[in-house]
Amino acid sequence: MTSGLSSRRSGKLPKDKTVFILFYTIHDVLRMEKILKEKGIMHELVPVPRNLSSDCGMCIKLIDDVERARPHLEGFEVERSFSFDGENYDPITL
Amino acid sequence: MIYLDNAATSFPKPPETIRLLNDFVNNVGGNPGRSGHTLSLEAARIIFDTREKLTDFIGMKDSERLVFTQNGTEALNLAILGLLKENDHVVTTSMEHNSVMRPLEFLRLHRGVSYTVVPCSAEGLLDPGELAKAIKKDTKAVIINHGSNVTGTLQPIELVKDMAGDALFIVDACQTIGSVPLDMEKAGIDILCFSCHKSLFSIQGVGAAYVRKGIDLTPLKFGGTGSKSESIDHPAFLPDRYESGTPNTPGIASLLGGLTFIGNEGIEKIAARKDTIRELLVKGLRDIDGVAVYGHETLRPRSCLAVVSFNIKGKLASETGYELNKRSIYTRVGLHCCPAAHQAIGTFPQGTVRAAPGYFTEEDDVRSFLEAVREIAER
Repeated sequence: MTSGLSSRRSGKLPKDKTVFILFYTIHDVLRMEKILKEKGIMHELVPVPRNLSSDCGMCIKLIDDVERARPHLEGFEVERSFSFDGENYDPITL
Repeated sequence: MIYLDNAATSFPKPPETIRLLNDFVNNVGGNPGRSGHTLSLEAARIIFDTREKLTDFIGMKDSERLVFTQNGTEALNLAILGLLKENDHVVTTSMEHNSVMRPLEFLRLHRGVSYTVVPCSAEGLLDPGELAKAIKKDTKAVIINHGSNVTGTLQPIELVKDMAGDALFIVDACQTIGSVPLDMEKAGIDILCFSCHKSLFSIQGVGAAYVRKGIDLTPLKFGGTGSKSESIDHPAFLPDRYESGTPNTPGIASLLGGLTFIGNEGIEKIAARKDTIRELLVKGLRDIDGVAVYGHETLRPRSCLAVVSFNIKGKLASETGYELNKRSIYTRVGLHCCPAAHQAIGTFPQGTVRAAPGYFTEEDDVRSFLEAVREIAER
């Protein structure tokens, strides 16, 4: 079994990795989605990867540069966020 | 058929209500926020869009603080039962509905809460000065009906906030929301409670409460929220905290239709139209010998809602209602779940006949109704 979860905490945000942003409630997921759509920041709504959370909800998968999304996270309570290189999920702070 | 019971629930509903309701039931149908599939997500989006639109409609910004309930009663119960603790004191008025008075009485008997009822005039109007006198050091909340479901009287809520001091200001807007403009921010309201199936045109089974930031209520219900499922602790974040269990998504979809309709028409136009119909109705009733109209002392624009209580001399309200019903005119008779208000206006325990036209009521409907009342009064 592989958790795919690395214990390494990444300080710097890599541009070449996909970023997953988890929120506490679907309301905030949809509120974030609305903002990303308005700002033209590429993203997808995907089920929370099971190895990241036992929750059954949805999260934001950023396809765009995370720095474009970062300013819009103000006012949100982000549950957790991860960068994904195709193999490992690294916890990151946004 | 002439439907004059819009104060109980509006009928008919606008086409937008039916269209979005049908669309949800026929094409979406998923349980919102419970799964990752397209239909569940679509259902969650409908609720999100409705929440955002409704929050904007009441002049507020934080849509997560707008909580959907089953009806206005549940919204008021959430505010009252969720807020008040032992030794808290509440100030309310003699025009309140049982959905305020019964929870308060329950708390008085079982939780050591006390309350003061400020008497209103025979027209159902509150004197804010009298309210100020009832405020005590330990007054936790002031609870006021924005518009009466018996007399249609509009209370001067914008004057109440200043009188309430440190007490939280809770407003029951079941009769007013969607009928007259209402800005929660401007009125300084802390918790706004209302039903959505009246003048917001959803189907029955939808209400809402907006709980201002900084106020924490004990939830009425605990359970599944689709969030934090791994934890046995109920979520502290909104709206999940107050929305356990599968919501009435078809009803909320219909509300989105209702709000769209209101947005297209404009609240000012709706309010003006209802005032025109009210004036015709009140003037007409006053012209009939033996008819007493309660409240509506002046026909000053926007002084009252289109909710008109009356009686015919020598006839029980139930007899009048029965005679009207035989003519396919639908009113509501009795105490309207509001015994205190009937005591205030002097119609307890018999009650009144209540005629509540809606946005779709035509002048001809009112004329036919008046003709029927005249005929019943002359018999």
